[in-house]
Amino acid sequence: MKEQRDTTPVLDIDGLDVRLPEDRAGRPILDGIGLRVRAGESVGLVGESGSGKSVACRSVLGLLPAGARTSGRVRVGGRDVLAMNRTELAALRARQVAMVYQDPRASVNPLRRVGDFLTEGLRASGTPAATATARALELLDAVGIRDPRGALRRRPHEFSGGMLQRVVIAAALAAEPALIVADEPTTALDVTTQAEIVALLGRLRAERGTGLLFVTHDLELAASVCDRVYVMYAGRIVETRGTDELFDRPRHPYTAGLLACTPSIAAGAPAPRPIPGRPVSLAESPPGCAFAARCAHAVPRCSEEKPVLTRHGDGLAACHRAAEGITL
Amino acid sequence: MTRYLAGRLLGLVAVLFVTSVVVFGALHLAPGDPVTFLLHGRPATPEAVAALRTQHHLDDPLAVQYAKWLGGVLRGDFGSSAQFHQDVAGLIASRLPGTALLVAYAALLVALIGVGSGILAALRPGPVDRTVLIGTGVATATPSFVTAIALVSLFSVQLGWFPGPGGTPAGLSQQLYHLTLPAFALALTFAGLLARVTRSAMLDELGREHVEVARARGVAERTVVRRHVLRNALGPVVTVGGTMLAGLLISTSIVETAFDVPGLGSLLVASVTAQDFAVVQAITLLSVAAFVLVNLAVDLLAPLIDPRLSLHGEGSS
Repeated sequence: MKEQRDTTPVLDIDGLDVRLPEDRAGRPILDGIGLRVRAGESVGLVGESGSGKSVACRSVLGLLPAGARTSGRVRVGGRDVLAMNRTELAALRARQVAMVYQDPRASVNPLRRVGDFLTEGLRASGTPAATATARALELLDAVGIRDPRGALRRRPHEFSGGMLQRVVIAAALAAEPALIVADEPTTALDVTTQAEIVALLGRLRAERGTGLLFVTHDLELAASVCDRVYVMYAGRIVETRGTDELFDRPRHPYTAGLLACTPSIAAGAPAPRPIPGRPVSLAESPPGCAFAARCAHAVPRCSEEKPVLTRHGDGLAACHRAAEGITL
Repeated sequence: MTRYLAGRLLGLVAVLFVTSVVVFGALHLAPGDPVTFLLHGRPATPEAVAALRTQHHLDDPLAVQYAKWLGGVLRGDFGSSAQFHQDVAGLIASRLPGTALLVAYAALLVALIGVGSGILAALRPGPVDRTVLIGTGVATATPSFVTAIALVSLFSVQLGWFPGPGGTPAGLSQQLYHLTLPAFALALTFAGLLARVTRSAMLDELGREHVEVARARGVAERTVVRRHVLRNALGPVVTVGGTMLAGLLISTSIVETAFDVPGLGSLLVASVTAQDFAVVQAITLLSVAAFVLVNLAVDLLAPLIDPRLSLHGEGSS
């Protein structure tokens, strides 16, 4: 049994396509996404706005854009989310996967008490109210909220953004999920609070052995949180590898571009270089590599043939020229 | 809280004072002479006319008339009706229950039909939503006297389900039965408006992230709608609904006249026609007071609905 737990990833996305009806998009929102998170592992999903990372992480909960058609598999604990019925989805969301959203102010109902928010998920899956409240107190303490008992009775507007995000994280932990999906959980917070929230997520994950899928546009932040990073561009995974190797030797020009445009305060560091051009919109469907138009290393083949993910170094990259050893 | 209430009540007094001046002045500027009505069209000698004018203090300067009237009102004496030869306070007291029952009945219908169809439209996009939008559009655009005629023609004359205008029902159930068509005629316009307010407030809340978060936590859809969507949409619905309650009170004059209901509204219409100043004054003041009090009640309710609002505007930081 234990053996099984260790080998089955908590999240295994395989060949996931998400398409909108033809009149609403020229290309799939997600195109053959593959992604794995093992128990206790912290995995980053990085990309610009519109790259499909939010759609990808919502698909883990079976939340898909209205009218979207899907193919492929999204397995959580070995079971395919896309094939689940309503009851199974409710159980999945209440027990197995928890989501932490970007803006805690927007993700907590401003009119209800914090205690209500914390226990809602548990009560929805049949936990008695008293047990749920006891659990909520324990969790508030674990995420570093002083006076948990008083906090339960307060309302969201009486908390600062950082404190409220702690409450949201506590709520995510309530059902002891196997996987936490965090969609830019620190973007709406100020820098010092960001660091605290990142440290908190890291500590809780280590203590509880929970898998973490950390979605962000910030490669540096992903590096500080994650063991492994997936880089997305225009609905596809373009590169994935261990965090250290990704930083030392990126194989995809887009990853290199993301690294180069991150400002650094180190002495003698080069000024940040933005990636020229703009991301591919949903209406456009370039025949070859979607990044070719912005890529400094593009050759004619790049705009004719879509590169597939192949092994380079310890990870995978989808670039025709990855094997050539170009210094990016 | 006490200070806030005291301030609001002081405001109420000020509003009532201004209203009384405006109404008093407007009535005296209106064409026509109350004496004509008092004489019931009988020919009269100039002496008789002069005697009548003196009896009703019509020759005093306007300011003196106003002061006399206001003094009476402050002592609870609204004067006497020239039309009914009766004490105005007593007259209003006898007509008030009919209007109160009609307004309460109509308010209940507005709440049920308006909020109900608004929720339905928000939760069922497509044909249901479109049907509700068209229905509320028609309901809102149709004046209550037209609705009254249509309702009487269909449900009273053709189908015979409800009694037509007139009649003096005994007992509450009979009264309610008689008031059904008037209540619907009164309610439909307001219900249409409230349905649209409810619909857009619900749609607004349905698009909020915390609603998606609740769904993403496996909370059942029905619970999400009740606890997160409907609950949060309540603010605008109660605010608009409160104003409508006051609007219902004012609109009763048309419906009561159309259905011959013995209430304050029909009394007001009759008194305006008869230039029965004392009655018009009293009813107008009463309506304004009701309007201000309903608004006060809505303002007191607001912080209970949304704890982020505070009565004092200080916020709770």
